[in-house]
Amino acid sequence: MTVESGGAVKAPPIETPKRGLRAPAGTLYRGTEGMWSWVLHRITGTAIYFFLLVHILDTALIRVSPEAYNAVISAYQTEIMGLGEVALVGAIVFHAFNGLRIILIDFWGWATQHHRLMFWIVVGLWVVTMLAFTPRHLINVFSH
Amino acid sequence: MTLTQEAPAAGGAEEAVEPFPVTIIVRRFDPETMEEPVWQDFDVQMYPTDRILDALHQIKWEQDGTLAFRRSCAHGICGSDAMRINGRNRLACKTLIKDLDISQPIYVEAIKGLPLEKDLIVDMEPFFESFREVQPFLQASKPAEKGKERVQSVAERARFDDTTKCILCAACTSSCPVFWTDGQYFGPAAIVNAHRFIFDSRDDQAEVRLDILNDQEGVWRCRTTFNCTEACPRGIQVTKAIAEVKQAVLRGRA
Repeated sequence: MTVESGGAVKAPPIETPKRGLRAPAGTLYRGTEGMWSWVLHRITGTAIYFFLLVHILDTALIRVSPEAYNAVISAYQTEIMGLGEVALVGAIVFHAFNGLRIILIDFWGWATQHHRLMFWIVVGLWVVTMLAFTPRHLINVFSH
Repeated sequence: MTLTQEAPAAGGAEEAVEPFPVTIIVRRFDPETMEEPVWQDFDVQMYPTDRILDALHQIKWEQDGTLAFRRSCAHGICGSDAMRINGRNRLACKTLIKDLDISQPIYVEAIKGLPLEKDLIVDMEPFFESFREVQPFLQASKPAEKGKERVQSVAERARFDDTTKCILCAACTSSCPVFWTDGQYFGPAAIVNAHRFIFDSRDDQAEVRLDILNDQEGVWRCRTTFNCTEACPRGIQVTKAIAEVKQAVLRGRA
């Protein structure tokens, strides 16, 4: 099947499996949009979970004393927190739109055939939403 | 134009296509001498119409006889040679060299999530165990009419046609991120084979299978990453089949 060219039909000497040692790690699985949307969904979901944990705690402070609540909330009124809110809204918007996509995949046969298209629709909706939100929000954050 | 081009091609068949060098990097593991798998390079001479399986044969037959991999029919039916080729689960016997980017080395490694035995061979037993658990055989409550077969309409047969194509190669199950981290998950292949009988009009045990799959490690583990659908060498819409089983579980019947 091969080796007809070059004349050297003789098999090369058997080499020990030590030749060409490389880092002993497997390759990253190359999934398509479906896999990466799941990865993003997990990351945003976990991030939102930790935000909610903190958010419930700081909101619960109002039961302790209104002063403590005000002190904590005013600590959030910084530019860095404002940028963090952009990231938070970005994560929530993606998680929400992609969650609708997953529901459609589970209950609508058509969606299982067109999940890649739907992923890019989710990305498009995310971009539109963030284009509307981010400038308005940043004006608020940096104008006082 | 067509004629003049065909004539020399037919006359000088030997000068038509030359084999070219391709680098294959195989992830090798010998349980007797190694702690961890290692990557090893091989240079092989390939034609565009050769398959990854031909490259592995060339390595095993001409360069290193210790290379271990499974293959039986070599024509995409037996399902023995599922492996991870350039990071995607494929059958080595159905992956042509011309469909890969050979300016880069081709990475070949065992499928993920099942215990590695040697080189490209994994222990398939956990995979087959899940398959057996879903009762993948016809269970009719009444015997067929005497001298007759069980009648089924074209539409009834078409209902589960897609999932009859499975060859149990494990490309889908071992492409599933849920299965990698949770080996207890039934996995796409077992659910596909349950689907094949759940939606078969001649079978009467759909409820039993739905009950088995309505388990913590059943269909609800599916996160719709579509890796299984993309990996299936038979083109089965695996994620769609799983979604249909999910809906059948919610309805409580097929």
